[in-house]
Amino acid sequence: MAIQDLFGQPIRAVNVGLETFAESLQDQGAEVVSVDWRPPLSGYAALTTTQTGIDIDTANAEALERIRSGRPRLVGMDTAGRIIPGMGDRMILHAGPPIAWERMCGPQRGAVMGAIVYEGWAATYEEAADFAASGAITFEPCHHHHTVGPMAGIVSPSMPVFAVENETFGNTTYGTQNEGLGRVLRYGAYGDDVLAHLKWMETDLYPALRRTIHRTGPIDLRSIMAQALHMGDEVHNRNRAATSLLIRQIAPALIESTTKKRAQDILRFIDSNDHFFLNLSMAAIKAMLEPAEEVEGCSLVTVMTRNGTDFGIRVAGVPGAWFTAPAPIVDGLWLPGYSAEDANPDIGDSSITETGGLGGFAMAAAPAIVRFVGGTSELAIQVTQEMYEITEGEHQFFTVPGLDFRGTPLGIDVRKVMATGILPFINTGIAHKEPGIGMVGAGLVRAPQACFEEAFAALKAICRS
Amino acid sequence: MITHTLVKAGQYYDSVTLLQVAQTLLKLDGVTDAAVVMGTPANQGILRNADLLTPEAEAASPDDLVIAVRAMSKSEALNAIAYAEETLTASQRQETTQQSAPTPRSVSTAARQMGDANIALVSVAGRYAADVARQALQQNLHVFLFSDNVSVEDEIAIKQLGRERGLLVMGPDAGTAIINGKTLGFANAILTTPPTAGGIGIVAASGTGLQAVTTGLAQRGIGITQAIGTGGRDLSAEVGGIMMVEAVKALQADPVTEVLLLVSKPPAPEVAELVLETVRKSDKPAVVCFLGGKREPIEAVGAIPASTLERATLIAAELATGGQPAHAIAALRERNQGLKEQARELRSRLSRGQKCYRGLFSGGTFCYETQIILSKMLGKNRIKSNAPLSKAQRLASANVSEGHSAVDLGEDEFTVGRLHPMLDPALRNRRIVQEARDPDTAVLYIDVVLGYGVHPNPAGAAVEAIYEAQERLKRKKRDVIFLAHVCGTNADPQDASRQVEILQQAGVIVMPSNAAAARLAGYILR
Repeated sequence: MAIQDLFGQPIRAVNVGLETFAESLQDQGAEVVSVDWRPPLSGYAALTTTQTGIDIDTANAEALERIRSGRPRLVGMDTAGRIIPGMGDRMILHAGPPIAWERMCGPQRGAVMGAIVYEGWAATYEEAADFAASGAITFEPCHHHHTVGPMAGIVSPSMPVFAVENETFGNTTYGTQNEGLGRVLRYGAYGDDVLAHLKWMETDLYPALRRTIHRTGPIDLRSIMAQALHMGDEVHNRNRAATSLLIRQIAPALIESTTKKRAQDILRFIDSNDHFFLNLSMAAIKAMLEPAEEVEGCSLVTVMTRNGTDFGIRVAGVPGAWFTAPAPIVDGLWLPGYSAEDANPDIGDSSITETGGLGGFAMAAAPAIVRFVGGTSELAIQVTQEMYEITEGEHQFFTVPGLDFRGTPLGIDVRKVMATGILPFINTGIAHKEPGIGMVGAGLVRAPQACFEEAFAALKAICRS
Repeated sequence: MITHTLVKAGQYYDSVTLLQVAQTLLKLDGVTDAAVVMGTPANQGILRNADLLTPEAEAASPDDLVIAVRAMSKSEALNAIAYAEETLTASQRQETTQQSAPTPRSVSTAARQMGDANIALVSVAGRYAADVARQALQQNLHVFLFSDNVSVEDEIAIKQLGRERGLLVMGPDAGTAIINGKTLGFANAILTTPPTAGGIGIVAASGTGLQAVTTGLAQRGIGITQAIGTGGRDLSAEVGGIMMVEAVKALQADPVTEVLLLVSKPPAPEVAELVLETVRKSDKPAVVCFLGGKREPIEAVGAIPASTLERATLIAAELATGGQPAHAIAALRERNQGLKEQARELRSRLSRGQKCYRGLFSGGTFCYETQIILSKMLGKNRIKSNAPLSKAQRLASANVSEGHSAVDLGEDEFTVGRLHPMLDPALRNRRIVQEARDPDTAVLYIDVVLGYGVHPNPAGAAVEAIYEAQERLKRKKRDVIFLAHVCGTNADPQDASRQVEILQQAGVIVMPSNAAAARLAGYILR
C-alpha cells in the first residue's frame, strides 16, 4: 500500500470523537460511520508484544483458529473416579474458581453434602457437613481436571461422566449427566429423593447410554450445536433443539442397548429435560477451548466461571492464574413466588458456553428465550452484535440465521474488553441461595469488570511497554 | 466427463445455503452437474440417482459436508469444488447487509461495518488518541488526528507505523486537511481539481497555514489536488519530518499533482535538509514556504523559496497556470508600492503618541508570520508576543500589550476551559476595546478565519466591538486604524465577500492577506 493509492478514491471515513467532523463530511457527500467511542477502563494500555517477543495479534489469531477448527465428539462414558485425570479417591470437583468449604455458597455446600452421602463417606447430612469442614476432602475446580459442571458443578468419584474428545487436537473433557429440573444436586438439593435419582442415573441411565454410545460410535456434538443454533437454541439457557436432535440420533441404538422398559424411561427422562444437552454443550465447548490454552502470549479468555461466591476467568497468556471478583447477583425474570432477595450470586461452569462464543454471545440465534431473560428480540440481536466488539473473530460453523448466517462472536480478547469497556454478557439461570430450592429465575448478567482489570494487569506485566 | 467429490468431515450448513451454492456451481464453465449436501442417507440417494455418488460420498456420515461435481475436465471439477468452499466460507460474512447495524464502539468494528473505509478522523482526548490512531492504522485506514496533547513518543510511533504501512498520519494537532476534494476538520469550501486535471498539491505543518494557501488559491479560481496537514511538531528534530517526507513523496508520485507547495515554520536544520532532499528528487516544480527560514538551502535543491504564505500562494498559482514565478513577485512588489501610498494617507489620521501595532490573532501561523514581517520592517526584537519568535520578545503578561504586540489568542493561556477564539469571539472583542483605549495604539489588526465549524459570522461579531471602540475614540477625539484580513472563500458558509463588506462598513481596512496587512502596518509605523 502507498499513500498515493488513496488519491482519487471516494472518501469513506470512520469518525471517532467530535460529531461535527462527521456531519461536515456528510454534508460534503462523503460516507461516514461514527464510532460511539468511550474511554477505556482504567489501567488500559496498548499491548502488542510480550517481553519474549511474541506478537499478541498473531498469537490470538492462532488461538482463534484452534478453537474454530476443534471438532468435539461424544466418545464414551465412565465414572469420574476412573476416567477424569487427577481425580482422587476423596476428591470433590466443584464449579468456578478454587474455593474452600468455608467460603462456599449455600447451593454449593448443599450439593457437597449430598455428594458425600451419595459416596457413602457419611451417613447423615449433618455428618457430611462436618466431614466437609474437617479437611478430609480435597476440593478442586472442575476446570483443573478438564471437567465442567453446571450450577454447583459437583462431581464426586462414583458419578458417571461423559467423555468428549476434540478430534482435531486429541484432548478430552468430561461432564456429568444432567439431572433434570426440580430438586436436584446441582441446585444444592440433598435428601433421599435427590440421591435416589442420582442412583438411578448411575445404575440405569449410565449403563444404557454407555452401551448406546458404543453402538452409535462417536457423536458429533459440533454438528448438533450448529444445527440447534438454527433451531432457536444458544446451547446455554436453551437446549431444547439440541436435546431433541440428540434423542433422534441415539434412540435406535438405545433401544438395542437396553430393555424396552428402561429405554422408555430413559427417553421419557431426556424428553422431560430440555437441558439434558447442556452438560454436553459445556463439555464440547470446553474441549474446543482447551487447545487455545497452550498458545503463548495470547490475550484471549479461555475460562469464565463462577462458584456462587467468586467469578473467575483465565487467560491463555497467563497460564495457571485465576483472576477473580465477587460473583454478581443476576437481575432477571423471576419464577412465580421468587424475587431478587432469593437469588444466589451467579454460579456454575456453564459460562464456558459464552467463553466459546455461544450462550449469551449467540442470543441473536435464540429469540424464543429473550423474554425469559427479560428482553425483546431486538435486544437479543444487540447483545450478540455488541460481543463482536470484544472478540477476536467469529465461529466458522456456529452461525446465526437472523444475522445473515454470520458466525457467532468468538474469542474474548482481554485487551478489547479493556479498550471498549464492554463486558461479556452471560445468559444464565439463577439458583436459590438456600440449598435445594432450585431455579428461581433467569437473566442476563455482565462478567465483573475487576476480573478483566486484574487479568489485563497480569498480561501487561509480561508485555513490552 | 469426470466426477469429483470433496467430503468435509463435521461441517454443518443448512440446506438452503447449500442449495444456493450448488446452483452457482452449475453456472461455472464445464460443470454439467453439481450437488452440495450433508451426507445423510437421503442425500446419498439423491446423489446416486444423479450419478454423483462416488465411494467417498457413499462413505460420508450425516455430519459431513459433501461437494460433488461432474465436469468436462478434472481441472474444471476441482475449480468448482474450490469455488464451493470459498462461497460457503463467504456465506456467513455479510455484516454490511444487515438492516440494523449497531453503532460501532471501536474503529475496527466501524471499518468492518463499512467494508472499504479508507480514513479515520480522530478527535478524542489526547491521552487516548494515539491508541485510537494505532487501531485505525492497523485497519489500514489513513488517519486525520485532530487531537492535541499526544506525547511526542506516541507521535513518532504512530507515524513510523503509518510510514511502514503506506498510510498518512495527519497530526496530532492537525486543524484541517483536504483529501480528494473533501475537507477534514475545520475546513473551508475549497476548489479542488477533478482527479484528471492538474493542480497544486500542498503539504502543511500548520492548520492556519494550510487554510491560508488553499483559500488564497480558491479565491483566485485555482484548484488544488490534495492539502495534507502533518501537525505542527512533524518537522521538529524528534519527529524528524516523517509525514512531511512521506506526503511529499506521495504527491510527487501522484500523476495529477503538477506543482508542490510546502508550508511550515522553519524546521530543525537536519529535518529541513531531509525534506529538501526529498523535494530535490522530483522534476515537479516546488514552492517551499518555511516562514522566516533561509532561502539558500531551498534554492540549492531547485525549489522556489517563498517568505510569506501570500507569496507562496501567488508563486504556486503562477506555476500551476503556466506562468512565471517572477510575475508573481513583480505583482507583489507593485502592490506593496501601493501599500506605501496608502500608509502615508492613513498615517495622517493618527495623533502624536500613537505609535504602536496591536494584533489580535485567532490563527497561530498568522501571528507568527506577522512577527517575522514586522521584525524586518520595524527592527529586530521590537515585536512582543505571547508566542514570540524568541524568548526576549515574550510579553510579561499575555493580557497586557507592550509596544508593538502580536497576541495569539489561540494559545493555551486563553483556551484552557474556554472555546477557541475562532468559535467564541467574546475574549477578542473585549481585547479590541481594551487596545483601542490605550493611547499608544495606532494600528489594530484582527484576522477573520471562516469555514465550517467556526463562528457563523465572525466579522459581524468583531465589528460590534469595533463600533464600541470607535464611540469611545470619538469622545477622546482620537482615531485608530483598524485592519483586518479575511481567510476564507466566497463559498464558505460565512461568504468571504460578505464578511469583507461588514468590516468595511465599520471602517475597517481589509487587506487581501495577512502579509499585506502586516506590511501596511509596517509602512504606517515605520
